[in-house]
Amino acid sequence: MPQLIKQGTVIVDCWVLVREAESLADLVDGEPVIVPLAFWLQARAVLIARGNACVWLRPDDDPATIAPDLRFLPVIAIDFPVFTDGRGYSTARLLRERYAYQGELRAIGDVQRDQLQYLAHSGFDAFALRAGDDAQAALESLRELSDGYQATGLRTPWFQRRADTSPPDGVRFPGA
Amino acid sequence: MYRYDAFDQRLVDERVAQFRDQTHRFLTGELSEDDFRPLRLQNGLYIQKHAPMLRVAIPYGVVSSEQLRMLARIGRTYDRGYGHFTTRQNVQFNWPTLADVPDILADLATVQMHAIQTSGNCVRNITGDHFAGVAGDEVIDPRPYCELVRQWSALHPEFAYLPRKFKIAITGATTDRAAILVHDIGLQAVRNDSGDDGFRVIVGGGLGRTPVIGHVIREFLPRAQILNYLDAILRVYNRFGRRDNKYKARIKILVKEQTPPIFTTHVEAEWEHLKESAATVPDAEVERIAASFAPPPYASLSGDDADFRAALADNRGFGNWVKRNVFPHKVPGYAVVTLSLKKTGVPPGDATSDQMDAIADLADHYSFGEVRVSHEQNLIFADVRQSALQALWTKLKDLGLATPNIGLLTDIICCPGGDFCSLANAKSIPIAEAIQRRFDDLDYLHDLGELDINISGCMNACGHHHVGHIGVLGVDKNGEEWYQVSIGGTQGEHAALGKVIGPSFAAHEMPDVVARLLDVYVARRFADERFVDTARRLGIEPFKEHVYAAAH
Repeated sequence: MPQLIKQGTVIVDCWVLVREAESLADLVDGEPVIVPLAFWLQARAVLIARGNACVWLRPDDDPATIAPDLRFLPVIAIDFPVFTDGRGYSTARLLRERYAYQGELRAIGDVQRDQLQYLAHSGFDAFALRAGDDAQAALESLRELSDGYQATGLRTPWFQRRADTSPPDGVRFPGA
Repeated sequence: MYRYDAFDQRLVDERVAQFRDQTHRFLTGELSEDDFRPLRLQNGLYIQKHAPMLRVAIPYGVVSSEQLRMLARIGRTYDRGYGHFTTRQNVQFNWPTLADVPDILADLATVQMHAIQTSGNCVRNITGDHFAGVAGDEVIDPRPYCELVRQWSALHPEFAYLPRKFKIAITGATTDRAAILVHDIGLQAVRNDSGDDGFRVIVGGGLGRTPVIGHVIREFLPRAQILNYLDAILRVYNRFGRRDNKYKARIKILVKEQTPPIFTTHVEAEWEHLKESAATVPDAEVERIAASFAPPPYASLSGDDADFRAALADNRGFGNWVKRNVFPHKVPGYAVVTLSLKKTGVPPGDATSDQMDAIADLADHYSFGEVRVSHEQNLIFADVRQSALQALWTKLKDLGLATPNIGLLTDIICCPGGDFCSLANAKSIPIAEAIQRRFDDLDYLHDLGELDINISGCMNACGHHHVGHIGVLGVDKNGEEWYQVSIGGTQGEHAALGKVIGPSFAAHEMPDVVARLLDVYVARRFADERFVDTARRLGIEPFKEHVYAAAH
């Protein structure tokens, strides 16, 4: 099972990522699953009735498609087939900031420590690290840059906080 | 100029530490070449023909004398005693070792400099008008907005892995010296009829493999909305820009494929959601940054210095230099001086560490300790007293920096080319030098007048060949270096792309080709008509005929 960093700690994860699914027969009964968006849209009612089913998005999936279903989804995963494909950063910001998604937003695929900070600021709070990567080192990387100029999911722009003297401390998740 | 506060400094220091760790992990084998490449590129580090090349950001081309001394020191300590100023107002070092780069970055950080996002598929160094704050045709000083956008773009979490590189240029004058029509985004600071400041927004321009003049997508954007609007453009590009083919991945292709009106609709729809966002810029922030660009303590002068006039009349060399290299200043009694980095025999844009140190001293003495870099690859003293021009000219001559050729044929824009760059198809520096050597008669050059020759060693167009009055592009034909020639391109507010005159030439033919183009011009020009205007009026045919008649 891949290591999952969630809200700043390493946890054991119960969700099973289902990369390909065409029918309910592809799912193990009762197992918590994360299914492709296309399958979710196709089997939406059944999956909601089943419970324990969440969605993962490809880089070119439009988050607007899933917006009406957010209340059914404790987890949304966004896939990075390669870490240099940055579309998922915008998808995450849209889910958090436009559609006010409050659940877990998980980065999956080619997820490495050197991208974690930007991912966190774009709205991700869970990271399924690439197999074999050092989770502790990845956690520490969240503190490499203590702050930044831009408005992000985790902070207001620096120009609004100039008067604030509290010391910065890298990424701080709202739920942590 | 803008000075870092503790916040700015801490970010740069932390980025140095982060890159040191990344480099260490690469050198010890923990990070693979594929995983390290985008990380090093985002910090300006290429692996080139001979060694790594480190590109250091000079935000909108403004550098202090103290910073220039540091660049000189880095050139001396880690390189071969020189640096190369680029067409995007940056400076490059061609010979550092990878293991030294973290130390170089640490040295740079001590003088508020960095290499953040000088390469890679992210928002690059913001460029601007090199005469900002001193030109008479300036409506709004663009520098505070350049700095605001620099801060917004630096380490932006959402836009670090774009489909391709992204270049933004900003001007605030009626004459476009920042090439805003050939950038991914060009911003022209303007004041509307109500007296409010804002921007004209141009998107989708660019040179490279597919040269395009940018499209105006908004005539007036209120200045408070600038970061929201940039976020909107970048988000549309990040989500929908092509990633399947790196040659079709720039925003200009997206704008073209969607068509400018449709693309604009997408941006405006995105902006509609962002208008009230926290990134809306308060006036106080613009004013805070603008305070850094307050005018230096100018003396009150008449603007008509008798000694200066006398020297102009008496000394032809000085007169030529003033005519070509000195630009009027908006404050009476002051002048803007361009130091030519285009001396024949020196690669265009190169300066030695000794020259940089000497320039820094002269800047302290003559120009309030500040130097500008132009995208034409020259250096500028923006605030020189008219009465000091002759003394400064004498000193610049001794340093080899007073070639009176700004805007003339020998003021060639030229990329590093095949001598250094692993992307190049052909060498470019020797072509520039051969042309400079052929046209060494100053009187003839002055008679020819304004003439931009731009040379690129490949279609990535770092030498901006499409917008040269004469453009030269290095091409590879069966492993041999050939050169394609175009005429009629221009930069600036009337930017246009040149037209290729025909089949390409061998390197040794190039000075003759230029000479033949000039024959046609000299024979058929109207009085005071520039080469490019004659070329546009006549079209390429007569030029083509004369050039190829000789060759075949």
